[in-house]
Amino acid sequence: MARLLIDKDLCTGCESCVPVCPFGALSMKEGIAVVDEKCTFCGACVDVCPVNAITMEKEEKAVTIDTSAFKDVWVFIEHEFGKVSGVSFELLGEGRKLANALGCKLCGMLFADPELAEGFAKEAIAYGAERVYLVESPLFKIYRTDPYAKAAVDLIRKYKPEIVLFGATTQGRDFAGTVATTLEVGLTADCTGLDIDPETKYLRQTRPAFGGNIMATILDYPNYRPQMATVRPKVFPMPERDDSRKGEIIREPLQMTEEQVRTKVLEFIRGTETVNLADAEIIVSGGRGVGGPEGFKPIRELAEVLGAAVGASRAAVDSGWISYEHQVGQTGRTVRPKIYIACGISGSIQHQAGMKTSEIIVAINKDPEAPIFKIATYGIVGDLFTVVPMLTEEFKKRLGR
Amino acid sequence: MKIVVCVKQVPDTTDVKIDPKTNTLIREGVASICNPFDEYAIEEALRIKEKLGGEVHVITMGPPQAIEVLRNALAVGADKVYLISDKAFAGSDTLATAYALSKTIEYIGGADLVICGKQAIDGDTAQVGPGIATRLGIPQLTYVSKIREIDLEKKKIIVERLLEYGREVVEAPLPALITVVKDINEPRLPSLIGIKKAAKAQIPTLTAKDINADENRIGLKGSPTWVVKVFTPEARGGGGEILKGELNEVVPLLVTKLMETKFIK
Repeated sequence: MARLLIDKDLCTGCESCVPVCPFGALSMKEGIAVVDEKCTFCGACVDVCPVNAITMEKEEKAVTIDTSAFKDVWVFIEHEFGKVSGVSFELLGEGRKLANALGCKLCGMLFADPELAEGFAKEAIAYGAERVYLVESPLFKIYRTDPYAKAAVDLIRKYKPEIVLFGATTQGRDFAGTVATTLEVGLTADCTGLDIDPETKYLRQTRPAFGGNIMATILDYPNYRPQMATVRPKVFPMPERDDSRKGEIIREPLQMTEEQVRTKVLEFIRGTETVNLADAEIIVSGGRGVGGPEGFKPIRELAEVLGAAVGASRAAVDSGWISYEHQVGQTGRTVRPKIYIACGISGSIQHQAGMKTSEIIVAINKDPEAPIFKIATYGIVGDLFTVVPMLTEEFKKRLGR
Repeated sequence: MKIVVCVKQVPDTTDVKIDPKTNTLIREGVASICNPFDEYAIEEALRIKEKLGGEVHVITMGPPQAIEVLRNALAVGADKVYLISDKAFAGSDTLATAYALSKTIEYIGGADLVICGKQAIDGDTAQVGPGIATRLGIPQLTYVSKIREIDLEKKKIIVERLLEYGREVVEAPLPALITVVKDINEPRLPSLIGIKKAAKAQIPTLTAKDINADENRIGLKGSPTWVVKVFTPEARGGGGEILKGELNEVVPLLVTKLMETKFIK
């Protein structure tokens, strides 16, 4: 067991450690800091103690596996509706940096229907994969957890990658957990930063927690390999595509039959919106200020001119003005568009958790004190029903639409 | 029909604020709540029970004070609740947590259906649900926004999953595990009688030994991942530029600024 040790003689009772604990495990008792069972041994307090009274006794885990047997960086090549997902290319771009830092190969892991497989593999190579591990089967026509998890577990057991990255999409987050549990290795969710520790060569995985209020950097103990992570889409830039790149394709069969797949997809009901929140470069969002379902009309009109998706705050969704698919925020979706236009949204911390990493935030709100203005790149104080139609007209004019 | 719901006590992040001086989270006075997604999980279990009969068991792993979320579950109508609490679980990551919860489900006699929230709002990992399903060897249906049908005779469930581009209708055999999103229902409030009953209830606490957990698979020992650093993200640079003046001036100005970004095509 690890232990957090507080030296009673050194502790001056300055209380600097209490507020930095993300888990609320530290408190003051008779002028000295004490720790309770909420402690997760994250070490945040160790760094801030000005008198070095806090130390952590970490149990050294004996390394029982041969880590040198694990090499190369793998990226799961996700596809849907006959197209490779953008996040897979973004991960090939980031994976290239990791592979260079480790001096190893960058590989794609692809499961696809034989009709599409070759084309997807070539695309992965064009975006930087030197090798693609390909499992072809008609079972991959529509995504299902069982065949995807089976193919990944078998490939990873056989070829032993050092790092495996998945897009943090509904697909990646659905089966990566199954793969990690089956292999009994670590999995870090929804990362927004990756790099290689120069000394240990371990993968440092950085991710937001507490609705984006804190960031945590996570490592895998060396007796667990591969190091696996799901990575948030649109965090890393799209690398250059180069169709002249060459790479090898290694084929492996799927050791599973249709009868062994436990779930059956009966139907797919496409969303009604033409632009999807997950892919949108621009999102126009409405909140409590839109006042009712018809209040979304000017929002939709602006979105249409910009080719944007329509978002909403929890207040608008809970009032029944727009469906849940549109909700941005802690209990909705996390988005990261280039431009986020918040109309009549006050900007609660929960809403911010879902959109504050957008590149540009525009706030339109009647209330100059609304918290959204504090994180906005540009703000206009005014009634959205006046401002938004004016914006729509002005964009129409400039864009010639 | 026996339904097991897994819940987590989380800090009520509505209250989390950053101290502008030290740039750290202010934790004092932050209330603990039941993870919002887990409230939908409990509600869905109660609705299934009301329709098909059976029992709803709610389990949580956490420190002794996590018992509060179980009292709330009792107050809205859960039949049995269990607190899994032991110092040996401290430091558990998602792999170790899913292991402990799956061992608990086995210990209480298994389930026809396991329901979890999509994710917890503190860690946001969405990994524990799939982890439990894998350990129990049952199929998982994640991001469920609607249960269309449960057929107890044929032992199957049909659900809608809310994905990026629409809703997928999927069938799975029971027992199965589902994780639910907010759209699935509107949780009820506890009744006064429910609250009174729950306040008096004796809630069993299970230790690592009780659930037959392998000590090498729980707590820090059973956790492959390790948080090495926690820090506050950089604040958004500089704060906002409020465009002041008449609307027929500031609107074109804003459009010009946005057009300059080249993001508008």
